[in-house]
Amino acid sequence: MGMTITQKILADHTGKKYVEPGELILADVDMVLGNDITAPVAIKEFYKSGCKKVFDRKKIALVPDHFAPNKDIKSAQQCKTVRDFAREQGIENYFEVGKMGIEHALLPEKGMVVPGDLVIGADSHTCTYGALGAFSTGVGSSDMAAAMMMGKIWFKVPETIKFIFNGKLNPWVTGKDLILYTIGQIGVDGALYKAMEFSGEAITSLSMDERFSITNMAVEAGAKSGIIAPDQKTIKYVEERSNKPYNIYESDDDAEYSEIFEFDCSQIEPQVALPHLPENTVGISSIDHILIDQVVIGSCTNGRIEDMRAAAKILKNQKVHPYVRLIIIPATQEVYLQCIKEGIIEIFIEAGAVVSTPTCGPCLGGYMGILAEGEKALATTNRNFVGRMGHPKSEVYLSNPAVAAASAVMGRIASPEEVIKNAV
Amino acid sequence: MLFKSEIIKCGDNVDTDVIIPARYLNSSDPKELAAHVFDDLDPNLKQKIKKGCILVAGKNFGCGSSREHAPIAIKASGISCVIAVSFARIFYRNAINIGLPILECKEAVEEAEEGDEFIVDFETGKIQNVTKDRSYNAGGFPPFIKEIITKGGIISFAAERMKQNV
Repeated sequence: MGMTITQKILADHTGKKYVEPGELILADVDMVLGNDITAPVAIKEFYKSGCKKVFDRKKIALVPDHFAPNKDIKSAQQCKTVRDFAREQGIENYFEVGKMGIEHALLPEKGMVVPGDLVIGADSHTCTYGALGAFSTGVGSSDMAAAMMMGKIWFKVPETIKFIFNGKLNPWVTGKDLILYTIGQIGVDGALYKAMEFSGEAITSLSMDERFSITNMAVEAGAKSGIIAPDQKTIKYVEERSNKPYNIYESDDDAEYSEIFEFDCSQIEPQVALPHLPENTVGISSIDHILIDQVVIGSCTNGRIEDMRAAAKILKNQKVHPYVRLIIIPATQEVYLQCIKEGIIEIFIEAGAVVSTPTCGPCLGGYMGILAEGEKALATTNRNFVGRMGHPKSEVYLSNPAVAAASAVMGRIASPEEVIKNAV
Repeated sequence: MLFKSEIIKCGDNVDTDVIIPARYLNSSDPKELAAHVFDDLDPNLKQKIKKGCILVAGKNFGCGSSREHAPIAIKASGISCVIAVSFARIFYRNAINIGLPILECKEAVEEAEEGDEFIVDFETGKIQNVTKDRSYNAGGFPPFIKEIITKGGIISFAAERMKQNV
């Protein structure tokens, strides 16, 4: 019986020739990630166990990004716990404010994850690295602590659902729209416990930044992981950033899938997820006059350079609607700097947006853009649960960066075409 | 582990943001977290939680973020055990890893009403709805997971392996 790319990576990290779905394994990890919310809990557990040293100080990444730069005294204490631990243990990949970026944008950018790796992170969006052809998944703090001790973690080998995206993308449709559409089709538990494998000519046509948006949101369908087989684009991206050896895996022709979905991309328009679940997706054309108070462009889903360029394309020579607050957060310092070099920050500020240093901030209702009772936001983030961005009676809508930028100009959820047309 | 209690119910897709909103994640103290458990789901739910009570939930319970603060808050609130149609996978792992007993059983959830009396045997996975005189089998855990639970969670499990140097 053939294996999927996911089975192959898990088998190789368990020292086996073959693993089958449902099998429980204890696998070696190549990278263990934690942030300022989850790492303090893991660090406490680590010390409680009596362990003195991490298994490998080069294979741990600590990124204070959620409530950093410190939003209040308690957050400052949590960041300090992470910093002190990193110094004591000599953690090589600790990223202080100034070097820090949103973890799932930062690790690939720094070349810390390569194809064939097995990565765990105490953050649900760790599944992002599947875009590099790695197996990566989110876990909790105790798992992180145990992995920092042993360099290993237990898994049940997941079944895989295959998604094939045929055809060419319509204008303004991005990777974000494909994943929102997919979640709309299968639901927020449609891939529960499973791996999602994305393929087809539409996926091949996407840039790495757009592929990251897709695998990033696999968890929003309940999946353990999302993965895209590496190709020349992947290899180019990795070789520009990393000296780590990598392994290219591909699914066998006779690999077994629990389900296969085929989507025709010519039928997919830019998507918007309505409150309060990412599965509540509709095409932009069926949105009827939804006024908004705030727009957030950023996050581990859509805070990369191409996302910034897409927003800038819309915002150039435009003004943010007087009733809207537009908050733009480049995901890393490198993205921020690149925006400055390309004149993108100037476009944002001239349009009336505020530009923030990298942080997860508003995405999870931390800070830097909390909503009041009854307010509505359109965000390029990944979740629109009740109270996600602030008051339990506020609402979050999800979209791609161009739709978000256009909506900031129009004051209501709008298609990019409305702004581009008006500009002509 | 045997649990006997009245149940409280909640619906499908209860996410970690409503179990414990992110605005309280600047602390990891179980008591502080328990003080805000389910704040954004139903402010009245907390008042119904009595020590040892059993929570019965719909599908995909605990979806969303990886915050271990969610099962920690539930456990510290006094809830002894959660039975759901299904759990989101990170929540499932976290619950096992911190020692919050959980069981998946669709039938038991569908036939249960708020206030029913349940008896749950965590070792065997047997669930009894005393009020409705019905019993169900949620199945036990595989040996690998039982080992983690019997060793008192993933950390003790890992610490033991470190000592044995395997």
